[in-house]
Amino acid sequence: MIAPHVSAKRKMYGALMRVLMWLSVTVCAAVVLFMIVYVMVKGIPNITWELLSTKPSYLSGRIGILPDILNTVYIVIATLLIVVPLGVGAAIYLTEYAPGKKIVRLIENAAETLSGIPSVIYGLVGMLVFCEFLGFKTSLLAGALTLVIMNLPTVMRTTQESLKTVPESLREGAFGLGAGKWRVIRTVVLPGCVDGVITGCILSIGRILGESAALLFTAGFAHALNNIIDGLASPGATLTVALYFYAKENGEFGVAFAIAAILMVLTVLINLSATFIGKYFRKRRSI
Amino acid sequence: MKKRRIFETAVHGIFLIMGLVTVGCVLLISVYLIIAGIPAIREIGLVKFLFGTKWASTAAEPQYGILPFILTSVYGTAGAIVIGVPIGFFCAVYLAKIAKPAVREVMEGAVSLLAGIPSVVYGLVGMMVLVPGIRKLFNLSDGAGLLAAMIVLAIMILPSIIKVALNALEAVPEEYESASLALGATPIETYFKVSVPAAGSGIAAAVVLGVGRAIGEAMAVMMVAGNAPNMPDSLFQSVRFLTTAIASEMSYSSGLQRQALFSIALVLFLFIMLINAALNFFLKREKVKQ
Repeated sequence: MIAPHVSAKRKMYGALMRVLMWLSVTVCAAVVLFMIVYVMVKGIPNITWELLSTKPSYLSGRIGILPDILNTVYIVIATLLIVVPLGVGAAIYLTEYAPGKKIVRLIENAAETLSGIPSVIYGLVGMLVFCEFLGFKTSLLAGALTLVIMNLPTVMRTTQESLKTVPESLREGAFGLGAGKWRVIRTVVLPGCVDGVITGCILSIGRILGESAALLFTAGFAHALNNIIDGLASPGATLTVALYFYAKENGEFGVAFAIAAILMVLTVLINLSATFIGKYFRKRRSI
Repeated sequence: MKKRRIFETAVHGIFLIMGLVTVGCVLLISVYLIIAGIPAIREIGLVKFLFGTKWASTAAEPQYGILPFILTSVYGTAGAIVIGVPIGFFCAVYLAKIAKPAVREVMEGAVSLLAGIPSVVYGLVGMMVLVPGIRKLFNLSDGAGLLAAMIVLAIMILPSIIKVALNALEAVPEEYESASLALGATPIETYFKVSVPAAGSGIAAAVVLGVGRAIGEAMAVMMVAGNAPNMPDSLFQSVRFLTTAIASEMSYSSGLQRQALFSIALVLFLFIMLINAALNFFLKREKVKQ
């Protein structure tokens, strides 16, 4: 192949663009690497068994994050228990029942709007609606309900995507055998959206773990040790909220970095499992 | 048979209700914000509220002017865009067109990790690294301020920009590039002068999405911006954003002060709705083209 003649000016342009791209990618990679290494180096030495297994005590001045860990688990469970049926139901309505384009567009637009609203506004509205109007007070349950609204679009979208891959012929076959619509949904459609539901759950867990602004006014920031029932009814800090308070209000940076390191590990795990599950189901589909 | 029909109708009804929950939530949020946000604006006066330059909610003679917050949010977002968009843009072009598959896979993983890191972790690292760094570099008494917030926001919006721009660049038809290459353009010229303009609306959507993310972020900014309700006169001024103005006073506010915070939320909500409209505009154009 004869190389086309390229003027010096064009060569300069190419070189400049190459340098800019290379710089940008380097900056990006460096930021990620720095975040991981810095948080781990600062955090891991501060993670002790005592920190993980106790609650804070004013008497001994000891700090423990067990209540915060439990609160996070409780709020994840409560949120998923509500958001999954709702999101799956909405997705099924959109793909199986919705009579026209108009209503589909209305619901999809609403979901898009929801995913664009900042979490601090969710926190405010959650406080007004759940804590005050509905009388749940500042509690994990009010926080969980706020998170349900935030995560509804995610679960709905991932379920919808997986429902689109259920072949029409399966539905028609079931109808042809005389099954009613509900029966078809239960036996053909629902099993087909398992991957969407799992992906939605993982993404939601990631979002719940990382959320703080929406929980500040709805779930509050107590560090009491509770079982799940009492926990949901009383205020409690999740790990992120606890991190904020230990860093910003108390100046306990060691504890804050320990929590940050835990959150970082969880984030990596969630990302890996999301990628893994996506690949697994794609492979299974293609067989 | 009749029983079965009633049953099916009931099931249909239940699914319809679940489908409409999202619409209900949007309505609920809008209505609640308007109802909660209007009274304070009425009492303070719209012009005085929006263009008042002094916020002193706990003073003996309280003043509720949110212009400092509005300007801070606008400047902070603009700064984040100025820093973040070029980096994200060049990254996206590199990953979409030049990177080897292995490099691309690793970088995409890194970018989604960046998206998943909780905002308080960004805030913490910003507090411990960026704020002291700025203080030493520019010889200030405190490094917390507008510049620190801009940098943290720029990093936080990178993933959204890279992902959306990457998808848009991927969707450019291969014939465009082949034609450009056949006409004698170098690969780099092709990517920047053919592929990028062809993916224009998608890249615009990426920028708008970044704007939305930046203007809505609260906790990370709260930890690095200093939080004093000053006008954003300089890059190093301790400032408060619209989001942090709500978050920092909510827990102890009452009366008119509390209502004024709802009004700030309403203003923020209107900003977000404008940004959403712009985002939809660009996404629709992108879809039409495909």
